[in-house]
Amino acid sequence: MHRIQVLDARELARVFERLAAEIVEQVGDDEKLYMVGVQTRGVPIARRLAELIGVSTGQKPPVGAIDISLYRDDIGPWRPAHQQPVIRDTRLDESIEGRIVCLVDDVLYTGRTVRAALDTLMDFGRPRAIRLAVLVDRGHRELPIAADFVGRTVPTARAEDVQVRIKEVDGEEGVWLFKEVAS
Amino acid sequence: MSFQPAQRLRSKDLVGIDPLTPEEIQLILDTADQMRSIAERPIKKVPALRGMTVVNLFFEASTRTRFSFEVAEKRLSADSLSFASSTSAVTKGETLIDTALNLEAMQPDFIVIRHQSPGVPHQLAKILRSAVINAGDGAHEHPTQALLDALTIRCRRGTLEGQVVAIIGDLQHSRVLRSNVLLLARMGATVRVAGPPSLIPIGLEKLGCEVHHRIEDCIAGVDVVMMLRIQLERQGRMNFPSPREFYDFYALTPERLKLAKKDALVMHPGPMNRGVEIDSRVADGPQSVILEQVTNGVAVRMAVLYLLAGGSGEPTAH
Repeated sequence: MHRIQVLDARELARVFERLAAEIVEQVGDDEKLYMVGVQTRGVPIARRLAELIGVSTGQKPPVGAIDISLYRDDIGPWRPAHQQPVIRDTRLDESIEGRIVCLVDDVLYTGRTVRAALDTLMDFGRPRAIRLAVLVDRGHRELPIAADFVGRTVPTARAEDVQVRIKEVDGEEGVWLFKEVAS
Repeated sequence: MSFQPAQRLRSKDLVGIDPLTPEEIQLILDTADQMRSIAERPIKKVPALRGMTVVNLFFEASTRTRFSFEVAEKRLSADSLSFASSTSAVTKGETLIDTALNLEAMQPDFIVIRHQSPGVPHQLAKILRSAVINAGDGAHEHPTQALLDALTIRCRRGTLEGQVVAIIGDLQHSRVLRSNVLLLARMGATVRVAGPPSLIPIGLEKLGCEVHHRIEDCIAGVDVVMMLRIQLERQGRMNFPSPREFYDFYALTPERLKLAKKDALVMHPGPMNRGVEIDSRVADGPQSVILEQVTNGVAVRMAVLYLLAGGSGEPTAH
């Protein structure tokens, strides 16, 4: 595997700022905005976007976390003999009812995680709208899903892997592409 | 002693605490912690086991355990069927194995079994493809009870390690005792037990516990007091003169509870014989976590069903 850095920490910081600005531009300083991160890396990313939105509007939106393990389409009878994903915290301290939920994840790929996240959210109430913000869109959608806010589009092959690494989770910061090298 | 949780359960079945490693116990408890919060959601149901079928095969009376499994199955969206031996073909003389094979021919994914004979779940685990979960086999094991007790202690105390737990009552007939001693000892807790000499099986200390004869010695300074039910239905003859005498010597009364740590937890697996092994003032008192145990039971059973649903475990060894 060949490791190529797509974004370094400084570039990633600019991506965060642009994403936050775009969210403010579209949703405005609506006090109904609610940032919800998808476990694991979506959560610190949502937290940082909320900080930046707070700085620019003076009103920091609340941040929630959802774990989608129990809503995945590849657990249980669909994929026999596999290891069940480890379940992490789901925390929505405020109700999502009537809110504008901005769902946040690190990488948008097949769209299956987002489908599971939408179903998870719907079981917690009826938001006025759900938007999707991702740091990286690597293509190869398998479901009719698109992001409203994309930090960086990274064209990839299916065999490649994109990893967003965030200080809070990984101890380092940046985006890397892992490529199979022909030997 | 602190354990990193395992990534998965090694076996396709949960027949007892005995085959589990500390890391697997940690995984089940961590997963159960997450399952607890589902009960507080507006929709108390997740689709994780959609399309899977669970047969609850209860050859012995049970309200709590059977309901708890049924609630857990429904919260995970599994389809569940419950079987009561009194209304089944067992009354026509069908053998247990035939009953199990016939039920398996209907392709369930899980069989939850309670049976009066020890070893029945192990036997079924060997011959069935379904995941077998032991819901109590005779006086042998009751793994989900021990797991829910451990979850309750961990929720209140943060850890099992270093906790001193007194288990008191009918030690002879209790599967809850066996599973609890195995689990707590494995997770770094100290277990002391006490009961009338006629209800202490020989070699009990080999499970990993200190055996006492007086409840007062057993309770002194402990973090948790777990009372066991006097199982009148399992006693061919009375092993103590009368329930009243049992109360006088072994019941958990407010006075005896004072010997434990000030904030010691009071536990009971239910159903309680009030006024026999436990005084109502203690059972309903501020230190009692008996109803929390019931709530945690659902979470633990959800965790076990979820983890076994992956189906990546090995068949139980012959």
